[in-house]
Amino acid sequence: MKLNCDQATTICDKSQYGEVSLLERIKLSLHLFLCKKCGKYTKQNVILTTCYEKQAQLEKMKKDCLSATEKQCLEKDIKEKL
Amino acid sequence: MAQKKHTLNPDKWVQQHADYLFNYTIGRINNHDLAKDLVQETFFAGLKAMDNFQGLASERTWLISILKRKIIDYYRKINSIKGKAEVKMNFYSDGEREGEWIEERAPANWNNETDKNIENKELNLVLEKCIGNLPEKYEMVFRMKTIQQFETEEICKELDITSSNLWVIIHRARTQLRKCMEDNWFKN
Repeated sequence: MKLNCDQATTICDKSQYGEVSLLERIKLSLHLFLCKKCGKYTKQNVILTTCYEKQAQLEKMKKDCLSATEKQCLEKDIKEKL
Repeated sequence: MAQKKHTLNPDKWVQQHADYLFNYTIGRINNHDLAKDLVQETFFAGLKAMDNFQGLASERTWLISILKRKIIDYYRKINSIKGKAEVKMNFYSDGEREGEWIEERAPANWNNETDKNIENKELNLVLEKCIGNLPEKYEMVFRMKTIQQFETEEICKELDITSSNLWVIIHRARTQLRKCMEDNWFKN
């Protein structure tokens, strides 16, 4: 039933994606009740998740694609092999 | 009646599928040149395997199935780079203190965790740099899960890893990122 800090923060990370079971949630709460460091980790993790979500939004807006030149080269390479 | 069979037209591959394949790849491997190389390799492998195409799937589905194998191969390659591919340990890995925080890697107090700072554009640059500093394997899985927001099941299937494996990677990536963001942003 008792978790160490490594296990507790693994569950905390999982919870950032909403993918923890009830048992894991209970075990984590028990650990957090006693451990200040992991408490701090949990608090910071929420802030970091907000940052990551913002990054995800930015990523969705930017579009990396192949340039016309790159496609021409690719086309040439394929023709050579045909 | 037999179904209409699909055919392959390599002359038109770039025109019809290059953007789609590239887009598929860049969502998994966040590196323009690497993604381009994988698309090229996919086309070349496709040319070689043309005789095996039975026409049951569409040309694009067939090309994607080749690309998927290329992506797994790539993941296995970066997974097998020993030493370089590991993140810094944040917890004692054995002995009496196994699983406890290593003192200098434990969370410190943050000075500027206000909302205003989270809206800062510079923060994104620092974050991007910290993500880029992760070993390739950790960066790839972290990005797929957190930035591209794929389902856990999908990532496990695509990279042929178990979900507990995935969570260990995510955990290590996030503890390393936390430390990097602490040192370069939140403690300043």
